Amino acid sequence: MRIGVFVCQCGTNIASTVDTERVAEAARRLPDVVYSTTYVYTCSEPGQQEIQRAIEAYNLQGVVVAACSPRMHEPTFRRAVEKAGLNRYMFEMANIREHVSWISNDREANTKKAIELVRMAVAKLRFNQPLFPSRVAINKRVMIIGGGVAGIQAALDCADAGLQVVLVERKASIGGKMAQLDKTFPTIDCSSCILGPKMVDVAQKENITLYAYSEIESVSGYVGNFTVKIRKKATYVDWTACTGCGVCMEKCPSRKVLDEFNEELSFTRAISIPFPQAIPKKATINPKYCLHFTKGKCGICSKVCPAKAIRYDMTDEVVTEEVGAIIVATGYDLFDPSAYGEYGAGQYRDVITGIQYERILSASGPFGGHIKRPSDGKEPKDVVFIACVGSRDASVGRPYCSGVCCMYIAKQAILTKDHIPDSRCYVFYMDIRAPGKNYDEFVRRAQEEYGVQYIRGRVGKIYPKGDRLVVQGMDTLLGVQIEVEADLVVLATGIEASKGARELAEKLHISYDQYGFFMENHPKLRPVETNTAGIYLAGACQGPKDIPASVAQGSAAASKVLALFARDTIETSPQVASVNERACIACGKCIEVCPYGAIRWKELKGGIKKAEVLATVCQGCGLCNATCPPKAIQLQHATDNQILAEIEELCA
Amino acid sequence: MEEKSTTSANEMKIIGFLCNWCSYGGADTAGVSRLKQPTDLRVIRIPCTGRMDPLFVLKALISGIDGVLVSGCHPKDCHYAVGNFYARRRLEVLKEFLPFLGIDADRFHYTWVSASEGQRWQEVVTEFSQRIHELGRNPGVGTKTKTENSVEAY
Ligand SMILES: Cc1cc2nc3c(=O)[nH]c(=O)nc-3n(C[C@H](O)[C@H](O)[C@H](O)COP(=O)(O)OP(=O)(O)OC[C@H]3O[C@@H](n4cnc5c(N)ncnc54)[C@H](O)[C@@H]3O)c2cc1C
Ligand code: SF4
Ligand code: SF4
Repeated sequence: MRIGVFVCQCGTNIASTVDTERVAEAARRLPDVVYSTTYVYTCSEPGQQEIQRAIEAYNLQGVVVAACSPRMHEPTFRRAVEKAGLNRYMFEMANIREHVSWISNDREANTKKAIELVRMAVAKLRFNQPLFPSRVAINKRVMIIGGGVAGIQAALDCADAGLQVVLVERKASIGGKMAQLDKTFPTIDCSSCILGPKMVDVAQKENITLYAYSEIESVSGYVGNFTVKIRKKATYVDWTACTGCGVCMEKCPSRKVLDEFNEELSFTRAISIPFPQAIPKKATINPKYCLHFTKGKCGICSKVCPAKAIRYDMTDEVVTEEVGAIIVATGYDLFDPSAYGEYGAGQYRDVITGIQYERILSASGPFGGHIKRPSDGKEPKDVVFIACVGSRDASVGRPYCSGVCCMYIAKQAILTKDHIPDSRCYVFYMDIRAPGKNYDEFVRRAQEEYGVQYIRGRVGKIYPKGDRLVVQGMDTLLGVQIEVEADLVVLATGIEASKGARELAEKLHISYDQYGFFMENHPKLRPVETNTAGIYLAGACQGPKDIPASVAQGSAAASKVLALFARDTIETSPQVASVNERACIACGKCIEVCPYGAIRWKELKGGIKKAEVLATVCQGCGLCNATCPPKAIQLQHATDNQILAEIEELCA
Repeated sequence: MEEKSTTSANEMKIIGFLCNWCSYGGADTAGVSRLKQPTDLRVIRIPCTGRMDPLFVLKALISGIDGVLVSGCHPKDCHYAVGNFYARRRLEVLKEFLPFLGIDADRFHYTWVSASEGQRWQEVVTEFSQRIHELGRNPGVGTKTKTENSVEAY
């Protein structure tokens, strides 16, 4: 190989503590090196031209630049050598600035070290091969998993841009938690009035295919070309025929079914439409309660349905969709407060959760928007809110802040006062966290204008007294024990990862943190991208988030997809693993360790199995390379030979 | 930090395998901040500590390299999700195994340094270099043969 070495002085950044002339001279004496020189600023336009001139003049086949960190200028020099006709992987850098000239003033030691780093780069370069990126066509359809407000926003933005959108929601209706809320902080606008039209839009957009009551079965493929299998769970109602008239629901004799949408504060029927504004507005049979399934008789819905849509013999169906990108927006679930025995959740009927209180406040809720307590339907006069139930408490495995509770407590207290002007509201809290736009002002309004009493301290115990509850706690600001008699206690239960989040992450090959929230690629700079190319995040599935932040992320994820789809093909890095089939013993270890599912079996003639790398999926970590017993799988550009050559050069 | 005066004569041979995404960047950060360090270390850039084949460490230590340092991303921070967990398991086993080959396990060290931790990198390099200077030269294992690739000194 004919190699050229260019030693950069970087003005005086390198030259002041490294004898660059001596480095270039030493390089010239290395085998294969046919040209070597120093240059004052190699990355400058004339510096790059000097490299290109030398490639032509000396017919160079490989180039080493000894200069700054490759994290800085490797792409610059790769482009430069490519312009002169070399493959961009026939290039190596020796880092003699960040790792040499800037960390020691010992000119002698630095010069010796620089020479050794150049020798190592040359030794590696001898094993370099031209590598060529592949291009893959992009399937310009996008899948969104989860139809809460974040997923809806992403779906509408993508659809508005003309993309084909597939939206998968596991419940019978989209809307997520926001659909259950009464009003929203900090503006107190009605949740269903702002969300409802967006849900209708989803139903009306021709380029959105909605799979409700469906879940992801499996995901394969890679950026630009994912294949997703979706399980459409049996609803026992033909949704293409169902008009959502609700006659079945009226006539269904099985009436003791706890209503999930109303957080089990009321009953629905064995056949039901989740809520009046549901999208899609279709009926679903719950076979656990349907008398046809439990007793083998009834069939009333089938008789009364004017559209003849009932199908008792329906089974799950698995459909396949091909998409180029996926946005995950599966939201959150809420902490189970029974972990705190002292609060009596589940034991006293008038100790409820914040989301239950949203339903009680809502005009479409179990009590038609009149605040009543669940036990006896009486209007409460004293309402106690307890913050951080399953948030900021390491003892229940939830050390993080749920981010929205302080705000929704203030909202619910204000709404309580609006409904019942002579009511009294008390809030037990640790700190008030209200960092959003107009948020702190909102909490102050609750305190100052509405007279909500904030008590800083934890509640130790709740116990019944007559038909009321006594809340015992500590006021840590006054340093006194405090007791409040309440008609209703609302627990602000914390946000936790949505059920099944980990399993979904594993299907998608994305990572999650110790709490099950999905991990973004970079917490500051790439907040909606995952480590897996082509898969994006939006909303509370990434961590606790309020509606404005969830919507912003929905739009951000949509814009990432649109940027990806702006081209017809994508270039994939050729620094990927590749298998020497003759050496592969088909042990499958590489398939086991690859974090991206980039390796699969390939069948040769005679039924012989060999491992095969999907170049467009491989991310180039090299885990397989280190794992493979016969070293049959090698990471290009960081092969065993290349790394060993560097080591041996230093041993010499 | 005190600067150790090294001359070519008493310099030790130390190889550092650094993950491109974190520790290599951490070493760059230390350089950009002009954090002075001993000069004995030569860095080899690898895509992930998951790429670390125990062979690389053995090859170096058997051939008489005085110390080998591996540094990757903090647990849970791996750019490739899980690479550093595999690395940890493998390198832990390797450490146990070195004495059987007659190699002082203290000549090998692995740790985690992120791209922003320039100062931590300076400490890691300084401490490890000091340790190797205290251990002195590594005689290597078996008869030391010069590798085929070896080139006459400059
Ligand atoms: C009591 C309470 C009051 C609140 N009040 C306010 C307020 O006033 N203002 C405000 O800004 N925020 C408020 N919030 C926060 C708000 O609910 C969230 O910010 C918002 O709902 C997050 O939207 P999302 O789309 O990320 O998640 P979600 O609303 O949770 O939606 C996720 C969707 O994904 C679906 N899904 C989950 N897993 C899967 C799967 N595996 N496959 C397919 N689909 C799946 C779910 O069924 C759901 O439809 C409140 C929260 C609570 C608990
Ligand atoms: S680990 Fe190596 S030998 Fe085993 S299947 Fe993969 S490539 Fe083949
Ligand atoms: S280099 Fe990493 S991503 Fe590529 S095939 Fe090997 S283990 Fe998978």
